[in-house]
Amino acid sequence: MKNTPFTQIHIDLGAKMAEFAGYNMPISYSGINEEHNTVRTNAGVFDVSHMGEFMLKGDKALDLIQRVTSNDASKLTAGKAQYSCLPNEQGGIVDDLLVYCIEENKTYMLVVNASNIEKDWNWISKFNTEGVEMHNISDKTALLAVQGPNAVKYMQQLTDMDITNLKYYTFAKGTFAGVDNVIVSATGYTGSGGVEIYFEDKGDDAVKIWNEIFRIGGPNGMKPIGLAARDTLRLEKGFCLYGNDIDDTTSPLEAGLGWITKFTKEFTAKNILEAQKAAGVSRKLVGFEMVDKGIPRHHYKIQDAQGNEIGFVTSGTQSPSLGKAIGMAYVTKENAAEGSDIFIMIRDKAVKAQVVKIPFLQ
Amino acid sequence: MQFPDTLKYTKDHEWIKIEGNVATVGITEFAQRELGDIVYVEIETKGKSLGENEVFGTVEAVKTVSDLFLPVSGTITEVNAALEANPEFVNQDPYGQGWMIKMTIDNMGEVENLMDAAAYSDLVGA
Repeated sequence: MKNTPFTQIHIDLGAKMAEFAGYNMPISYSGINEEHNTVRTNAGVFDVSHMGEFMLKGDKALDLIQRVTSNDASKLTAGKAQYSCLPNEQGGIVDDLLVYCIEENKTYMLVVNASNIEKDWNWISKFNTEGVEMHNISDKTALLAVQGPNAVKYMQQLTDMDITNLKYYTFAKGTFAGVDNVIVSATGYTGSGGVEIYFEDKGDDAVKIWNEIFRIGGPNGMKPIGLAARDTLRLEKGFCLYGNDIDDTTSPLEAGLGWITKFTKEFTAKNILEAQKAAGVSRKLVGFEMVDKGIPRHHYKIQDAQGNEIGFVTSGTQSPSLGKAIGMAYVTKENAAEGSDIFIMIRDKAVKAQVVKIPFLQ
Repeated sequence: MQFPDTLKYTKDHEWIKIEGNVATVGITEFAQRELGDIVYVEIETKGKSLGENEVFGTVEAVKTVSDLFLPVSGTITEVNAALEANPEFVNQDPYGQGWMIKMTIDNMGEVENLMDAAAYSDLVGA
């Protein structure tokens, strides 16, 4: 099992640790609900150094990115980032990712899911026929997400870069907490605002940055947050989790990711996805709320009122912010409209739920 | 972690407080910590007679779901209604307000199969 530069800190803080994507990661510290609420109301710090980072460099880097991703990376100028996905040849999803434009037409950073680092690397390499310089910098890159309504205010105190006015999905690179070449990006997976901080793990920089962040935030109630609350936070906002809501068998159009699928350029499975769009998808990823009591979980089957199987749950939890059970699911298009009654099969019992709008939490 | 000497324990992390041939059952401090924030306790076996180690309900935490196993054979006579509105009692007070069921015990001989506090503490490495 691999460690991040912060693993020992988590253990010393008494975090509940578990293996995730081959890394020894903190699942929770003080409790999921408390951590969740800290991010929604103040600020919290996530160690997400397990995420993968690839640098793509050279004149053909953009061409390669355009070929393998669904969104239009040619729109990116230096300092901008974009959510995208890697379609497979069947129109499924190899992974979802962020594309950072470091230098236009020249240098890009791709941020991928930890569990897919090798798969994505091999996939992208397969299409690299024009000699784009590719570097897998995942192991030496540390990543902290500082998220919440007060996160930017606290982090601004550690840098001369103007991060207060960073627009969503833009980033700055500079000195942060006394460490050079740090990327501070106005992105995140919580829907509560904040930044993600990328830097090279060298010397004691990681510990230094962690300590500086808590020197400012700690007295203000900022807390470390585990992966469990990361999941409840993202789910309330309807953000997809690879392996749950999207995978090799789901298309971006089914998953509601049409907005990152741009048919104005060539990319893998463009024809398949274009045909799917024209014909309409037969199933859709929807949000639902439990009407009767029960907690939906990944893989639970779904029926209609007549007992016909119409889909399955991809993610589910008790929402800490809303105080009710919520989930996402693929259901047939006939059952995908808001307000549709659906029945989640929980321990062989059909428990009533209703399709609702995503995000669950505005 | 607290494992009161007055209780008996199962390998599945239930505790049972035995008073004559009636008993109260819940889950241990260790179990609630492992589960994390508990959001729903589903027990629909009131009035039912179940065997030793049979599932009498489930406990749902934010991240996970776990079955509840009956420590000894018997009949479930009461379910803690307070957990309906306050499932967090199981986290806050697992041996008190977080109790789950009351039951009658069929066979006092089965009590011999349960662990005492010291043995259970060894099991969970506490």
